[in-house]
Amino acid sequence: MGLTGLFLISFLVVHSGINACIWANDHGEMFNKAAHFMGASVVIRILENGLFVGFIIHIVQGFILVAKNRSRRKIGYQVALGNRGSRWYSRSMGLLGTLILLFLVLHLYHFWTPSRLGGYFNIHELQPVAYENGKEIHNLYAEMLQVFQGNSPVVLIYVLGCFSLSFHLMHGFQSAFRTLGLHNQRYVVIVKTVGTLYSIIIPLALAMMPLSIYFHWVN
Amino acid sequence: MEHYKMNLTLKVWRQKNHQDKGQFVTYQVAGISSEMSFLEMFDVLNENLIEEGKEPIAFDHDCREGICGTCSMYINGRPHGPWQGTTTCQLHMRAFKDGDTIVVEPWRANAFPVVKDLIVDRSAFDRIIQAGGFISVNTGNAVDGNTLPIEKSRADESFAAAACIGCGACVAACKNSSAMLFVSAKVSHLALLPQGEPEKHSRVLNMITHMDKEGFGACSNTGACEAVCPKEISLDNIARLNMEYLGSSLTMDK
Repeated sequence: MGLTGLFLISFLVVHSGINACIWANDHGEMFNKAAHFMGASVVIRILENGLFVGFIIHIVQGFILVAKNRSRRKIGYQVALGNRGSRWYSRSMGLLGTLILLFLVLHLYHFWTPSRLGGYFNIHELQPVAYENGKEIHNLYAEMLQVFQGNSPVVLIYVLGCFSLSFHLMHGFQSAFRTLGLHNQRYVVIVKTVGTLYSIIIPLALAMMPLSIYFHWVN
Repeated sequence: MEHYKMNLTLKVWRQKNHQDKGQFVTYQVAGISSEMSFLEMFDVLNENLIEEGKEPIAFDHDCREGICGTCSMYINGRPHGPWQGTTTCQLHMRAFKDGDTIVVEPWRANAFPVVKDLIVDRSAFDRIIQAGGFISVNTGNAVDGNTLPIEKSRADESFAAAACIGCGACVAACKNSSAMLFVSAKVSHLALLPQGEPEKHSRVLNMITHMDKEGFGACSNTGACEAVCPKEISLDNIARLNMEYLGSSLTMDK
């Protein structure tokens, strides 16, 4: 869980970095070019498959782990220890992970499916757009506008998905390092601090994207 | 310190044997002194029950000075009760006030089956120790303290890990019923010392394998074990155990 978790954590930096291009406020030009680069490069397409494998291993192993751990105590307590021993999100990694998975399915349906499979299986294709070199690329930005503008339930689900991600990372970031054996006090403090900041900044940045489009903060 | 008497309502888990379904039974105890230990309060209750011709409550206890790790009560939702770094026998009744209701349960984990009432079978811990928690080199006669140089900080860390009394509170508190804090304390205690060095790889592999075999859950680093440990064993030991395990599983054949 720790290794795949750290792999997915590194992916989130790339994902939020590219999405942040929408704030260039250039009608999505920088964002579309960045998204095109992510789709056109052979190296990145290979890495994309690695990412899928990482996701699948993390999800399957997570479900197996939660089921196994739950089965270790057939009779529960009358009075629960609750927050006296640990944080609620540390105890709810399975639930938070499931919420993120549900969000992920919706998110892939919105963007990955038309971007990669558009034109096949009756899936709509993304509109083309051409910039200075005249080459047509997918207008993923237009798709973002279409998905989020005036669509408050979808925006709300995305924001809730980012909340789940934030709390999942709040525990997962430092726990991954502990699973790999980190116990040097100086580094533990650094990892905890960086982990907390990461768990707030990255999901906040991701949540701001649908909100920015919904509230017309970007053109 | 203020001395006072209190009347209490106790909800205690009663179970005839491992096969019995078990249930909570409510008892009233009167005139309990704030100076008593929690186990002395149970002694008073048991004397009352014997006088009434009822079966006394079975509970584990031995040294009653916080070092043997035998007492094992889950009091008001916390192993060893409300005080930090304290065993049940060292918990005093001044932690409670007159009129309180106290719920007392046994440790709950498949690996710790209930023997009777509040007594659970913790022999799984003994078997984990038998799997590798020892040094098999011949140490000969006792040598002078400074014959073998050991860095002070390592000696201190080892000693802190060796403070584990194997009570099982970590398993009781963990939502996964994981024994990782116990195993990590035992592995760290020996791995940090030169005497433990020769067998450190096989020790960690054997102990972890046996821990899994006994039916304990996996660690998810929630920290509940560290929070309730009467000897305040650090969660850092689990990270050290993970590192030892990772290194050993990559380098050892078995």
